[in-house]
Amino acid sequence: MSFRNWLPNLTRVDEMLKTIGVSSVDELFKDIPEELRLKRPLDVGFGRALTEPEIIKTIEMLRGKNVSLRYPPFLGAGACPHYVPEAVKFIIFRSEFYTAYTPYQPEISQGLLQALYEYQGIMAELLEMEVVNASLYDWSTALAEALLMAVRITGKNKVVVPEAMNVYHKEVIRTWLYGRGVRIVEAPYDKEKGTTDYSNVDMSDVAAIYVQQPNFFGVLEPDPGIVTDLAKSHNAISIMGISPLAASIFKPPGEHGFDLAVSDGQELGIPLNFGGPYVGVLASRWDGRLVRQMPGRIVGETVDAQGNRAYTLVLQTREQFTRREKATSNITTNESLMAIAVAVYASLLGYHGLRELGKEVFNRSHYALERFTRAGAKKAFSSEFFEEFVLEFDKDYDRIAESLLLRRIHGGFKLDNRRALFCVTEVHPKEAIDEVAEVIENA
Amino acid sequence: MILETGSPERVGFVVDKLGVEYPLPQALLRSNPAEIPGHTEQEVVRHYVRLSQMSYGVDTGMVPLGSCTMKYNPKVELRALELTEGHHPLENEETVQGIMEMLYLMQRWLAEITGTDECSLQPPAGAAGELSGLLIMKKYFDDRNEQRDEVLVADTAHGTNPATAGMLGKKVVYIRSNNEGLLDLELLKKVVSSRTMGLMLTNPNTLGLFEENILEIAKVVHSVGGLLYYDGANLNGILGIARPGDMGFDLVHLNLHKTFAVPHGGGGPGAGAICAKGDLVNYLPYPIVRKEGRRYVWFRPERSIGKIATFWGNVGNVAIAFSYILGLGPEGLRKVAEQSVLATNYLIAKLKGLNGLTLMAPHRPRKHEVVFSAVELAKRTGVTANDVAKALLDRGFYAPTIYFPPIVEEALMIEPTETEPIEVLDEFANALTDIVRQAFENPKPLQESPRNTSVGRVDNVKANHPSTITPSPRVKRLREKGLLGPLK
Repeated sequence: MSFRNWLPNLTRVDEMLKTIGVSSVDELFKDIPEELRLKRPLDVGFGRALTEPEIIKTIEMLRGKNVSLRYPPFLGAGACPHYVPEAVKFIIFRSEFYTAYTPYQPEISQGLLQALYEYQGIMAELLEMEVVNASLYDWSTALAEALLMAVRITGKNKVVVPEAMNVYHKEVIRTWLYGRGVRIVEAPYDKEKGTTDYSNVDMSDVAAIYVQQPNFFGVLEPDPGIVTDLAKSHNAISIMGISPLAASIFKPPGEHGFDLAVSDGQELGIPLNFGGPYVGVLASRWDGRLVRQMPGRIVGETVDAQGNRAYTLVLQTREQFTRREKATSNITTNESLMAIAVAVYASLLGYHGLRELGKEVFNRSHYALERFTRAGAKKAFSSEFFEEFVLEFDKDYDRIAESLLLRRIHGGFKLDNRRALFCVTEVHPKEAIDEVAEVIENA
Repeated sequence: MILETGSPERVGFVVDKLGVEYPLPQALLRSNPAEIPGHTEQEVVRHYVRLSQMSYGVDTGMVPLGSCTMKYNPKVELRALELTEGHHPLENEETVQGIMEMLYLMQRWLAEITGTDECSLQPPAGAAGELSGLLIMKKYFDDRNEQRDEVLVADTAHGTNPATAGMLGKKVVYIRSNNEGLLDLELLKKVVSSRTMGLMLTNPNTLGLFEENILEIAKVVHSVGGLLYYDGANLNGILGIARPGDMGFDLVHLNLHKTFAVPHGGGGPGAGAICAKGDLVNYLPYPIVRKEGRRYVWFRPERSIGKIATFWGNVGNVAIAFSYILGLGPEGLRKVAEQSVLATNYLIAKLKGLNGLTLMAPHRPRKHEVVFSAVELAKRTGVTANDVAKALLDRGFYAPTIYFPPIVEEALMIEPTETEPIEVLDEFANALTDIVRQAFENPKPLQESPRNTSVGRVDNVKANHPSTITPSPRVKRLREKGLLGPLK
């Protein structure tokens, strides 16, 4: 039984009861009405407490039921496989970070606060935005929060988003905005180029306009800056979503003049984790109207009583524990540890390393596209792309995906019967790309 | 500070290259390099190891933060991360049957623990669970064409409850507690109406008291067609002893990073669950794992509110909680509750009668936590709850939650959890006793604490002033160049 070593006072019950002045543990629960007391053991776990080796065996048994793929999957659509350096794992498993709570007591949490400040600082440089919060859950919830900010700031109740945005992000914002009854209008994409066209969208009474770079199809929007102009002329908030790796090469939101930016730090040092934990990024330009409406924690630099540099949580009056129903959001638990992973990762690579990685991803994905099209697949959209691209096949994609799976290779994300979205990064070796090409050719 | 060290040419990690090159689209390239210096691996490791030494977790010492359930996280749990780490969320179901089986079991176990019918593991944390819960209520009433715009909240509630209602634009009605620290039933009867969407409650409440009228409370809320929502932050003290579903709660969220020992990560990531009874199961966020024969498949409930986060929740952390439950089994879960309640009441016995600290309804046993008021201490010595907290830091402990719940003046909210050995509980009680004694003898040093931490009391005015607030080095740099004014 593991729990015997997890519960240190099992053998000290009598003396504790004596100190309390009651005769049984049951007496401490006497205020729970008899009819509510559970009269049987819970039907959970494997019926009894497992020992440590048994727990590990169970995990290994379950692992055995997963298929271990020969190469990282060619899947993106919101999470991309990348290499995570050992140094990143080593740091985030430092248990002074890992087992800490939110740094409510700054004097004893300086290290944690500084690490989060560094994360904010790194993201601020990468996105060229001044204020980044200490993390939200993931890209989609960061976007939902940004849209809600815009609704609060403008007092308007409609947002414009690209049809070609990440489909899962779209579902999440639909869920979150339903609460306030916000209307979501989609800007269509050009079926040939894959790029978003905002020109025919009704912009009346719009609170926010969103653009995703690259968009869901991996297509690079040629002029995301158009959204900032549109937002200005309609008194709306402009929001750019950008992959952090794309931002190392391509124009970041700050350079375009966006009000807000959202992203996910997953690509910078966080394993795939079957979808979570990741780390939602929310950034704002230097404008009190925006910053004071930002949800989540923000770490700031200050000094202590002796004038030493110190860090602490700032603008806490926005948060739920003081503002209650007037708070900017209900978020408390965020993704701090993942933010630290991003800080460690980015500090190892630096801007030059990040750029080198971004270029390698660009190159490899282009090499893969070249191989796949030579093997008979078609590039679905004519525009420039980054990291991900849509392939069109002359037969059912399921057949190709199945053939790949037989070789323990996972193909791209199925969009419809004939089309799939492939993601290729630095972790996909040449032989993996060539083998996929072979399967496409012979399918 | 890592952005002030290193240099552009240093690297701590070398990127694999394929040796192919394609031209970048020139018009889209960023104009300015980002000011992020590179470092060697050793520089980075030393820097962050040093920072970790200036942090404090459960592995460092006792973290008695009330309502946070900062229990020890057994190390074996982390082996569970191997189950999910390398898997992409959009993989074919066939390649992740092991993960889906784990999720399926967790859905069932959490439903059993809460006395509900089904759980969704979508919410990445407790607050996302609350948001799911209120969206479920909204959709449920929308489907019935009922306009309900009021959410009732106890005045002892966690701040997230009203904040969640605020996210839906609902009106929050606070229900006062009586002198026993329990929800005022008579008041509740007066405020419920056909406008009531539901009541959000945590039981035991944030004073650590079990709402013994809960069946009556449920009856009152249900009598006007409203729903009862359980905030699972305080479940630890009643695990295996009483279940929210049996108490009449319709929706329940859980914080796996509290009750089920997922390490808190310095503020996150957590993991949540949202569980429902009866018809409300049809509204749960999707996907839910179902078992079809021997296979596990994704399933979308018919009237699902949709997705609350991008993929399937913080699955890695769900796996950690899974291994914790394996180690406890049915008997261990109940022991967790008993031991946590025992620890709380033991601590109360040690601290009761301490000059300057008072306790509401002292005759009632507490569950997972206890709230002392230092209002007398503050009045008589000038030493506030905040001073007490800082003085505890100097004595090697983390501080309790302070100034919460707001109905207790100068609140010190203490949750010892079941994993602190009796010797540590004694040391903590002694430290607090010593602080109180000092407050009467010589308060000044306490008001100037902490001294043993890496920095002294921080300047919150400078930290928040529009012309000095510094949320990033970028702000500092641009401000020094005269490019940024005050934050207006």
